[in-house]
Amino acid sequence: MTIIAEYGQWFVVLACLFGFFMAWGVGANDVANAMGTSVGSRALTVKQAILIAMVFEFAGAYLAGGEVTGTIRNGIVDADILAGSPELLVYGMLSALLAAGIWLVIASMMGWPVSTTHSIVGAIIGFAAVGIGAEYVYWGKVTTIVMSWVVSPVLAGTISFIIFRSVYKLILNTDNPFQNAKRYVPMYMFVTAFMITMVTFTKGLKHVGLDLSGLESTLIAIGVSIVVMLLGMLLLKRIKVDEVADQQFRFASVERVFAVLMIFTACAMAFAHGSNDVANAVGPLAAVINVVANNGEILAESKVPGWILLLGGGGIVVGLATYGYKVMGTIGRKITELTPSRGFAAELGAATTVVLASGTGLPISTTHTLVGAVLGVGMARGISALNLRMVGTIFASWIVTLPAGAFLAIVFFFMFKGIFG
Amino acid sequence: MAESPLMALFGRSPVKPMQEHMQKAHACAVRLIDFYDMAATGDYTAAEAIRQDIAVLEGEADRMKKDIRMHLPNSLFMPVSRSDLLELLTNQDNLANRAKDIAGVMLGREMAIPAPIQPLMREYLESSITASQKAADALAELDELFETGFSSKEIKLVSGLLSDLDDQEHRADELEIRVRRALRAIEKDYPPIDVMFLYRVIELIGDLANVAQRVGSRLQILLAR
Repeated sequence: MTIIAEYGQWFVVLACLFGFFMAWGVGANDVANAMGTSVGSRALTVKQAILIAMVFEFAGAYLAGGEVTGTIRNGIVDADILAGSPELLVYGMLSALLAAGIWLVIASMMGWPVSTTHSIVGAIIGFAAVGIGAEYVYWGKVTTIVMSWVVSPVLAGTISFIIFRSVYKLILNTDNPFQNAKRYVPMYMFVTAFMITMVTFTKGLKHVGLDLSGLESTLIAIGVSIVVMLLGMLLLKRIKVDEVADQQFRFASVERVFAVLMIFTACAMAFAHGSNDVANAVGPLAAVINVVANNGEILAESKVPGWILLLGGGGIVVGLATYGYKVMGTIGRKITELTPSRGFAAELGAATTVVLASGTGLPISTTHTLVGAVLGVGMARGISALNLRMVGTIFASWIVTLPAGAFLAIVFFFMFKGIFG
Repeated sequence: MAESPLMALFGRSPVKPMQEHMQKAHACAVRLIDFYDMAATGDYTAAEAIRQDIAVLEGEADRMKKDIRMHLPNSLFMPVSRSDLLELLTNQDNLANRAKDIAGVMLGREMAIPAPIQPLMREYLESSITASQKAADALAELDELFETGFSSKEIKLVSGLLSDLDDQEHRADELEIRVRRALRAIEKDYPPIDVMFLYRVIELIGDLANVAQRVGSRLQILLAR
């Protein structure tokens, strides 16, 4: 109790600093993965992608980021038993943030594909299991989280597979693909908007002060989606058949229709990413602030304060603006094999999965989910060449990231314990 | 900077390189007609320059072929079988090789084409080159095939092009018989060794059409899955 009272301000400042650093890292690296597909398929320029990312990452973090933040904050460590010595939770969360942040920097420099989600979850488990005691970890919840890392790419792949097959049936394998694209693409826009708004209204908006019933949510979601669809149809009106381009490649005009759709799925992707990944930075921060604000009392049930989500969203935006645009450009230049008709299917599959996970409070890796979604499109004979070695690399990165994050967190935990007593 | 897992996920698409390689191989075959016209007039200095062109084109096709093979590792997951794609590539490359062979044999012997069979010979060569053109046309649909996810409509369209190619090869076959007959009728009036090599060239020209047809059948196999 005394430690919290004595150093409380310091803890908050440190937590904000580390949390912001972590959010910066997410914005600098992770967002580029989420948006790179749109840039690569030339549906968006880097600038447009950054703008969309800024708005929708922020919206996602603020409107739908509460559940996952809750899980990171108090879903992994059993805070109730810690009531006697709340400072341990503070040290732990600070060290988890620092460990995950540093591990991400190291991994980025070495060129390993690691996930922010896996780093932070590994770090939290690490400090809790070794620093405090294995019995303080909710192993059941941890198992669910780890399972979700396997399930999410598979689910995203399945959804993308189905979406691309529907594109094949409705548009690509028809006598007039261009006309059919114009007819059916607004439908996909509707689905995209509905999925996002539905999850947001049912799961996210409580902390903003809105509490709607299921029926109200559904009706509002349908209304919003219709507006979005009409907007999309307006944009589609301007797309005309380009005879010259079609001579070179007969589906050039069709792809242009899909490029419009991809603007919408890119928004969904940014929203989904914001709703899930901002928690990696904000969750531990929220835990620290909660302890300090309540003078050492650990209140498991309190809401995540809105300003913390804002801080996380802001960190992502700063990360994007300072470094993320470079990464996005690089990824965009590399991924040119993903045409809009495929890119949208992958993004929609991934965004749906991520938003669903956000709604259930499961921290998953957006990048890995997107990889799963792209593989799904590939299974539907949609992509000309996929490097399957990547799947192995991802597994390897899991095996390395969890213990690495955990180990670093343990080191920092004892360091903080030593400094503050 | 870190290589993003998403970046590493995408292999280089073989579609465009395959099409470019086919265009290059076909360009070798097309040059044969100029070569033949020079050879028919006996102007082997001009013909040699054209053969040089063909050799350069063939070399370029060869490099493209090696480059495509290099970028098709085992771990690549494609909508088509990797070995079928490599078979197709080999056959495309053979087209360039045949063209070079034909020019090589004719130039090596500074072959004089007997005047009576000259028009027929030219028609025969043209028909063989047209077969190569038809194969190139079919291969130009490769990007559309991938784009549509190998849609049944697109496959039907390509199958149509491939049967055109088969017809063309058949026409070349018939012309080959006529050229051989025409040459046989006059062969006693020419030095036997020259005539032997003429038969050899006729065979090679027929081979060109055959290889073009084989490109088509490999493409067909690629589609059937």
